[in-house]
Amino acid sequence: MSATPVHEAVAHAAPDAAAPTAPAAPARLAGERRSQQFLSRYVLPVLVVVFALAAWDAAVRLSGSTLFPRPIEVAAGIGELARQGLLLKYIAASRFRVTWGFTLAVLVGVPLGLFMGWFSWAANALNPIVQALRPISPIAWIPIAILWFGISDAAPVFLIFLASVFPITVSSMAAVSNIQPVYVRAARNFGLSRVQLFRRVIVPATLPQIITGLRIALGIAWLVVVAAEMIAVNSGLGYLIIDARNAGKRYDLVVAGMVMIGAIGLILDILVRRLERFDAVRWGYSRR
Amino acid sequence: MNRPAVDIRGVSMVFAGKRRGETIPTLDNVSAQVPEGQFVCIVGPSGCGKSTLLNIVAGFLAPSAGSVTVEGERVTGPDPRRIFVFQENGVFPWLTVRDNVGFGLLRRAADERARAVAHYIEMVGLTGFEGAYPRELSGGMRQRVEIARALAASPDIIYMDEPFGALDFITRLKMRADLTRIWQTEKKTILFVTHDIEEAVQLGDRVLVMSKRPGRIVDDVTIDLPRPRDLDAPGYLRARDRIFHAMGMSAHLGETAPV
Repeated sequence: MSATPVHEAVAHAAPDAAAPTAPAAPARLAGERRSQQFLSRYVLPVLVVVFALAAWDAAVRLSGSTLFPRPIEVAAGIGELARQGLLLKYIAASRFRVTWGFTLAVLVGVPLGLFMGWFSWAANALNPIVQALRPISPIAWIPIAILWFGISDAAPVFLIFLASVFPITVSSMAAVSNIQPVYVRAARNFGLSRVQLFRRVIVPATLPQIITGLRIALGIAWLVVVAAEMIAVNSGLGYLIIDARNAGKRYDLVVAGMVMIGAIGLILDILVRRLERFDAVRWGYSRR
Repeated sequence: MNRPAVDIRGVSMVFAGKRRGETIPTLDNVSAQVPEGQFVCIVGPSGCGKSTLLNIVAGFLAPSAGSVTVEGERVTGPDPRRIFVFQENGVFPWLTVRDNVGFGLLRRAADERARAVAHYIEMVGLTGFEGAYPRELSGGMRQRVEIARALAASPDIIYMDEPFGALDFITRLKMRADLTRIWQTEKKTILFVTHDIEEAVQLGDRVLVMSKRPGRIVDDVTIDLPRPRDLDAPGYLRARDRIFHAMGMSAHLGETAPV
């Protein structure tokens, strides 16, 4: 049987007379294709995870390491954290910081990017600063974050903000320059005011690319939460990792923290991808 | 004669080239008058400036010299009373067919808007596709959406810039027939740019023939044939051959013949 790409097979059925319509395949064949999709979509990744865990376990046992935890010990560590009520507390603490840092970055980055994309003088004026600040690692800002915000939640929020604001700004700016000129001309032809043009054309035309930018930025935000929580806070998954290492070489808890960050990152990515399936933006992703 | 709907006077256009000081003369002293309700095709070889001319008439470009007056007003920018149908399809991909067609009608009352939208969707033959998104439609259907969107705004004039250029042959024939029918019911003034001589002769009351760049109008052919047009009628063939000739080509060989 042909290896139909998943996205094609699940693409929603268009009421289009001219688009290639699926041949009226016998129900048996369609069922077979569905079960094959299920296999490659859900069963296959689970098998890979199981295999990776087995390999990890075997490697630890073969090496005879006493410090590096086996998967079962990490699971036990997660269970221990859950029983102590620390797991949810740390997840909530990290989520709180990422939410605030990221939200602030969206509130600043999207308007700034749209502004720079629309007015070339604004891009000329601000782009050098943006491009110079962008490559500075958020970790380099740690001393300044402590200087400005001291020992408070504001310091990690600030670092997460810094890490995500630039990708959001740059992708929003690019989204505006990628608008097909014909849309703007058509809108001008219909006599739209500047505000209407912005609301009815610029925003919807840039939305797909902005969402992609947000997805990348959210990944980066989680990436820096560890570094951000290394400083002066006493909760959060990043804090858990550093604290478990410093207070008794509890590598099972170190890895438990890493696993939790990875798992939450995966869930967030799935959620943001859901946004890309909305009808109003789906046109912007050619392969879906 | 009444005041023409579109009055083009001495329009020239010179674009700046890529190299410094280089200039590209694109239109050379073009003048034409289009009476109200007339279907005028502008035909010419690719790159002759016919699209540039239409963009100037629509107010998207300012001419280097000359002026365009539409319904007694000097054109200084685009105007919702004259809607442009774009070659590259300007239908908004984030809106459904219904919302695209209603795009120019937001100032109207909701029920009036819904009526107009339904009317023009039916006129272009897209009933049943109101909730579809452009990506779910074929190229021909997308151009139908754009034509319906233009008509729904009830403009006095429609400018069409090779609207069927990207469509396959059969679809193009069908679109021409439908556009003819729509024009006969709606009685709008239409300026229609194309590089396809057959298309121009099939559609227009009149065909303006342009030379290659810098574009000038070299012939003005009246096509006084009943619609729908018989493509084998002697009058049709005569008009077609005359335009081929004006463009420096032979209709039968397609090659340059001495004029």
